Amino acid sequence: MANLLNNYLLPLIIIVLEILAIVVPLLVAVAYLTYFERKVLAAAQLRKGPNVVGPFGLLQPLADGLKLMMKETVIPSGANRVVFIAAPILTFTLSLIAWAVIPIQAGVVLADINVGILYLFAISSLGVYGIIMAGWSSNSKYAFLGALRSAAQMVSYEVSMGFVIVTVLLCAGSLNLSAIVNSQAGSYGLLNWYWLPLLPMFVVFFISVLAETNRSPFDLPEGESELVAGFFVEYSAMTFALFFLGEYGNMILMSAMTSILFLGGWLSPLPFAPFTWIPGFVWLFAKIAFVLFCFLWVRATFPRFRYDQLMRLGWKVFLPLSLGWLVLTAGVLTAIRTWSGTGG
Amino acid sequence: MDALLREYLPILIFVGIAVGLSAIMVLASYVIARQNPDSEKLSPYECGFDPFENARGRFDVRYYLVAILFIIFDLEVAFLFPWAVTFGTLGLFGFWSMMVFLGVLTIGFIYEWKKGALEWE
Repeated sequence: MANLLNNYLLPLIIIVLEILAIVVPLLVAVAYLTYFERKVLAAAQLRKGPNVVGPFGLLQPLADGLKLMMKETVIPSGANRVVFIAAPILTFTLSLIAWAVIPIQAGVVLADINVGILYLFAISSLGVYGIIMAGWSSNSKYAFLGALRSAAQMVSYEVSMGFVIVTVLLCAGSLNLSAIVNSQAGSYGLLNWYWLPLLPMFVVFFISVLAETNRSPFDLPEGESELVAGFFVEYSAMTFALFFLGEYGNMILMSAMTSILFLGGWLSPLPFAPFTWIPGFVWLFAKIAFVLFCFLWVRATFPRFRYDQLMRLGWKVFLPLSLGWLVLTAGVLTAIRTWSGTGG
Repeated sequence: MDALLREYLPILIFVGIAVGLSAIMVLASYVIARQNPDSEKLSPYECGFDPFENARGRFDVRYYLVAILFIIFDLEVAFLFPWAVTFGTLGLFGFWSMMVFLGVLTIGFIYEWKKGALEWE
């Protein structure tokens, strides 16, 4: 009995506590990302933003959440009820479970699997299912068109994202996220991170992430001026809130991915004394916040793309560019190795 | 518990907790809020008009094309993953064999570009 307790129950409780230690701060972060977005957009447009509910409007996200909780859950009569309910649950679940492999700090990660980046890639690909399910099951024209557009868009940019990830893998030589971060460590600090040697890929990745999360200027799946909200036009109350939370959770996740692949994860930008005393997770959060700010900055600055421009950018610019840079990187690495006589 | 299980068990539990959490959120809202449906409210949104035609009608064939192209290139990426991880030990032969593979795919890509499969007017 004591054996059972020590071998199975105790690790189980620890795992559950660890998961809660990820999920709860994440939900708070998602809530305050909506607040942050409104504040940043307000600042960009010389407005004040939310400032009524609580000090500096800090209770606004909670009030919004409570409002959505108290709304009526409308399930359209023509809808496929099971799929209709399952779609937001799937979307939200996917945006949560990807965090299982994100290393917060050196050695601090829930599941340190050796195929971490593959897992992340797989989870982010599954996001399309939530959208397709929502659009199809709603049995509404706007939802259907929004889902089609959104699926085609996400799928198009996923290809170039895949090539970018493979390029990073060529340099890092491992699928493990901690190993990828460690391979960026060096005496030059932030100049060692992959954003500098792989600068075009960093740009491609960031723009693909915007398209992948359906953020502006690629937010035409929801295109409020033509499709009113795209694939979730029929959703209300908590089912709508789960899509909303899922989208913002994905934004944070993709920012974390960008930070880990290109911005050195938890590494300090200046690798000497006063900066290396700061714990790693602070640097990671700072980098995530910076990338998130770039998301909002882009939204405040650029008009929306047209759909043909979006597809052209994805297939005719990013795909050849990322493929070419992949070949170039592989070639340069092979050349270096051949000339230095360690391989070949 | 063996090593593999210990690595992947947290993910399994995480999936369970995440599904449970989101299901509870939907269910709680359904229970707490007052439900007052009527036939107008439950009809699909179509700018205030009565919906006409089936929503799941025909759509542009280009979406199929994009889906098929995606499968080709995503599979290509899937092939590249193991190659990229072992790249350090593969040497020149490994490099050139993947270049031949990518070359063949690039020819296909140029063909579909010339055929206009990537055009959206």
